[in-house]
Amino acid sequence: MKTLKIEELSKNFGSTEVLRKINLEIDEGNFLVLLGPSGCGKSTLLNIIAGLETINEGNVHIDDYNVSKVEPKDRNIAMVFQSYALYPSMNVRENMIFGLKQAKVSKEKIEEQLEKVSKFLQVDALLERKPSQLSGGQRQRVAIGRALVREPRIFLFDEPLSNLDAKLRVEMRREIKKLHQQLKTTVVYVTHDQTEAMSLGTNIAIMNHGVIQQNDTPENIYNKPSNTFVADFIGSPSMNLIKGNLKKSSNKVSFITHGSNIEIPINGYDFKEKSNLDNKEVFFGIRPEHIFFKKSNEEDFEINLRADLSEYIGHEQIMTFNFENQEVLAKFPSTVKIDLSKNTKLFFDLTQISLFDAKTEDRI
Amino acid sequence: MQDKTHSSYKQLEQKSKYTNMFLRWFLYFVLVIFALYFIFPLYVMVVTSLKTMEEIRQGTLLTWPSGLNFDSWLVAWGGRGYGAGDTFLKPYFWNSIKMVVPAVFFSTFIGAMAGYVLTKWRFKGDKWVFLFLLFGCFIPYQAILLPMARTLGVLGISNSVIGLVLVHTVYGIPFTTLFFRNFYVSIPSELVKAARIDGAGFFKIFFKILLPVSTPIIVVTIIWQFTQIWNDFLFGSTFSFGEAAPIQVALNNMVLSSTSVKEYNVDMASAIIAGIPTLIVYVLAGKYFIRGLTSGAVKG
Repeated sequence: MKTLKIEELSKNFGSTEVLRKINLEIDEGNFLVLLGPSGCGKSTLLNIIAGLETINEGNVHIDDYNVSKVEPKDRNIAMVFQSYALYPSMNVRENMIFGLKQAKVSKEKIEEQLEKVSKFLQVDALLERKPSQLSGGQRQRVAIGRALVREPRIFLFDEPLSNLDAKLRVEMRREIKKLHQQLKTTVVYVTHDQTEAMSLGTNIAIMNHGVIQQNDTPENIYNKPSNTFVADFIGSPSMNLIKGNLKKSSNKVSFITHGSNIEIPINGYDFKEKSNLDNKEVFFGIRPEHIFFKKSNEEDFEINLRADLSEYIGHEQIMTFNFENQEVLAKFPSTVKIDLSKNTKLFFDLTQISLFDAKTEDRI
Repeated sequence: MQDKTHSSYKQLEQKSKYTNMFLRWFLYFVLVIFALYFIFPLYVMVVTSLKTMEEIRQGTLLTWPSGLNFDSWLVAWGGRGYGAGDTFLKPYFWNSIKMVVPAVFFSTFIGAMAGYVLTKWRFKGDKWVFLFLLFGCFIPYQAILLPMARTLGVLGISNSVIGLVLVHTVYGIPFTTLFFRNFYVSIPSELVKAARIDGAGFFKIFFKILLPVSTPIIVVTIIWQFTQIWNDFLFGSTFSFGEAAPIQVALNNMVLSSTSVKEYNVDMASAIIAGIPTLIVYVLAGKYFIRGLTSGAVKG
């Protein structure tokens, strides 16, 4: 039994297609992050799960029950919003029990739930305060509390941290992670922040233009992006995508970028499809953190590139190199001294590369 | 710039100090002039209302009255006590109250509801509905006189306070809707979403979530509607006469129907009485008015 199952879901706003044939499944206790740039449809998808938006095609199942036409309040979900959406005229207590009161839960049960949750989230001292008298972090906690008291099957989070300042965001991120570890409830979490997605999710669904690009574990998303969009979206700075061709001779496969005679051997690469590789136009993807300034591995590929730019960011520096007029970025510790405008010896970790078809932009 | 000495900076400092002082005094001067200009008519009215006719004839407009003589106020409010032809404000004042209270209440309430629907429960064609409502703000009073007279006739409530309540409610809805729509636009729709998930329905969300944070705009709307309806003369004089007339119409009749001598003191007292309720509303709710106009945004 899947806690949440979405089948062939499509959604239009007028003539604009917002979601196209979405399929998603979440197991009990998992933390699914919907990640994507703004306008990719992730919030719409969340609203559809909540029942706040109607569906054009497809179905939403919660615990194997088709809830596509069920009212939000009857879906056994709770939602935390970006603006927290605490009712301004009510104090914290009233905010938290509003839903239970609507559901006509008994007074004793309400009090019991309120006490449990407010202690758990450490907002029990704030119960009589109005939302306007709370700090950002406190509001966040109350908003989560309002969701918790309902004891929902699924928690929906809509960019809950993006209104907080950088420091508080990191703190609250950890709190949400802890919360999930303790309660083990199923969560769907929308964000555009890849760090949040990586650190929180047990699964990440990356969306773009209303389509799920990849739905996988954070590790696979990072190590084996299924297309150039995912490769480019995840990681900071993002993966280097070097355009070139494959060359296959007898049993050896190598990559050559345009206008270069350097052949990068990629025999070890795990191709999905081994046929038709010769002369295929591809993107050679390597992350900045997999380019080293000294050899760390026997198989590392040595290459000489000219350093053009150095960006110092404290604990590390981001170097830009020129590889046949294509920019290649690398991340080094800031203690390493590299001269600009000079050729530098670099080492590519070829076990960590990704290859994409230049036409379809999909992983090969 | 380098060779500027300490003393030359001192001089510049002095200079700018004098300039600022001059500008400041000039500002006060202009403000005082304007204040006098606006308060002058009120002064004349109050002073005249406190004079006897004898004093009015002998003195000038600005002469201070000989004492606090409220006789003309009493006459304006309660009449002289003889039968026919004795017009005084008291009954019409109550007419106006009976008209303005329900009319303000209904137009504000309906406007709030409409604003709520137009911002938080979008439906197909809602933009058009709003556009037509907005259009209602620009229809001149005169244009709706005839159709409205016919409507009131058909409904059988012409020449009644109820009729006037209806007219003012209907005519006020475009304005009140506009006010509330613009206010509710600034309130995050996530509040409504959260309430829906919590299981609140259409009316519960309105009464429990939105209305409690609407105080500023309610006050603005009440002041606006109260002033409009209380001061209205055209609708009042067109759709009512005699007993059912509101105070502004009665005031007009009183001033124009003086048979013998023009009693300026009584006229002035009547005019002030007719204006007092609006003044009271402004004084009581004034600070909300400013706050409501300037703030608008309510953040949780």
